[in-house]
Amino acid sequence: MTQAFDIQFPKRFVDSPQAPEYSLGKSRVGNKTVGGVVLTLGRQDKLVRFEQAILPHLNAAYNLARWLTRNEHDAQDMVQEASLRAFKFFDGFHGGDARAWLLATVRNTCYTWLQQNRRSQLTTAFDEEIHSVEDDTMNPSALALKSGDVEMVRESLEELPDEFREVVVLRDLEELSYKQIAEVINAPLGTVMSRLARARGRLKQILCSRLKEKA
Amino acid sequence: MDCTHAQTLLDTYLDQELDAVRNSEVEEHLHGCARCSQSYQDRQVIRQSLKTESLYFKAPADLQKRIQRSVRQAAKAEAPVGWFSWSWIKIAAPMAAVALVVLMIVPYFVGPSSDELLTQEVVGSHIRSLMVNHLADVPSTDQHTVNPWFNGKLDFSPPVSDLASAGFPLVGGRLDYLNNRPVAALVYQRDNHVINVFVWPSDSSTQSSAPIKTRQGYHVVRWASSGMNFWAVSDLEQNQLAKFIDLLKSSAGNSPS
Repeated sequence: MTQAFDIQFPKRFVDSPQAPEYSLGKSRVGNKTVGGVVLTLGRQDKLVRFEQAILPHLNAAYNLARWLTRNEHDAQDMVQEASLRAFKFFDGFHGGDARAWLLATVRNTCYTWLQQNRRSQLTTAFDEEIHSVEDDTMNPSALALKSGDVEMVRESLEELPDEFREVVVLRDLEELSYKQIAEVINAPLGTVMSRLARARGRLKQILCSRLKEKA
Repeated sequence: MDCTHAQTLLDTYLDQELDAVRNSEVEEHLHGCARCSQSYQDRQVIRQSLKTESLYFKAPADLQKRIQRSVRQAAKAEAPVGWFSWSWIKIAAPMAAVALVVLMIVPYFVGPSSDELLTQEVVGSHIRSLMVNHLADVPSTDQHTVNPWFNGKLDFSPPVSDLASAGFPLVGGRLDYLNNRPVAALVYQRDNHVINVFVWPSDSSTQSSAPIKTRQGYHVVRWASSGMNFWAVSDLEQNQLAKFIDLLKSSAGNSPS
């Protein structure tokens, strides 16, 4: 269930547009800019612009796909398929945040694939309510994570439902802003905030129980 | 701020995505609350543990080449459209719309062409000459009376022909005003049909002629020769009018007046 947030979103992330990493309206060989409209002359030009906009974000795309599919080969297939999809719809991309745009495409591709391949997993995934409140019984000092516990952290993160895992990956690994995450998962900022809070609470719980087992 | 509220904001605080007011409120609460402060530290520890390079999966080296290859193939597959690209639609469609609107609106502002206006003027002048009993200022069947009459009234000498033998007797001449200038009107007759021939100097000396036009039942023919504009208008039958004009052209060529 969604918690109500009586939060006025700070102007900082409501109004300020993400600085576009690739300003496609700028003059470049083969483009003619007329009153801010880019005339794309031919497919070669589209290909060049696409590669310039998309290829720098392949790591981000792969990382997200890898965490969503939890599999190296499937992740590569997802990124390739998403790239083709992105190229097909590249005319609809009018500059702006190329990374968020690509990640949204990767995410959609992965979810389509997940639905076809792991139907059962998706349906059991989203029981938010169970641990959405901070667990007081947990001993805080149990969170004595050491640098050698990377494998445990990885397993814990993989154990999270997809909807939780993706926001943690986008925020803490990819270091996107809330606004960018909202763009990628196509949800309001409030949803990003509450989902991140729940995802981290859940992650903490999983980590605690694993640390207990280990001890 | 109580603990429940602070807990809901802890992650946003950790991510530095809170506005300044709430940020300081949470900060204040954390100073005085050991429990929330502990769970904040837990969050920091977890986040720190996530930010290790080994959790970030970098794309394999050959993935970029693989993607470039497949995208280039996809680009080639789009090739049959050639120069045509849907991106053109974004520019072409509004331009076509504007052009259409312009084509529809412009005639209202521009009005009829100057040629059409002059035709109307010529027909109007012809009709007026029949209406108000003012066919000729100099009623004469003699070309040598009519031609000199224009001297001093016009800055040119209109060619006057005598075609009575061909059945087109001269009736006379008068001054008229067309195309923003005084012109010579030569009046001929065929049976009961009056033919007005308007003459004024032309800017160019080239020979030209235009097809017969019909306005309000009157036939209008214009041509240019030997540096003069000729406009003939009459209710005479087209063939007869054409015959008259042929005669006029040849006699004007033969006898400079």
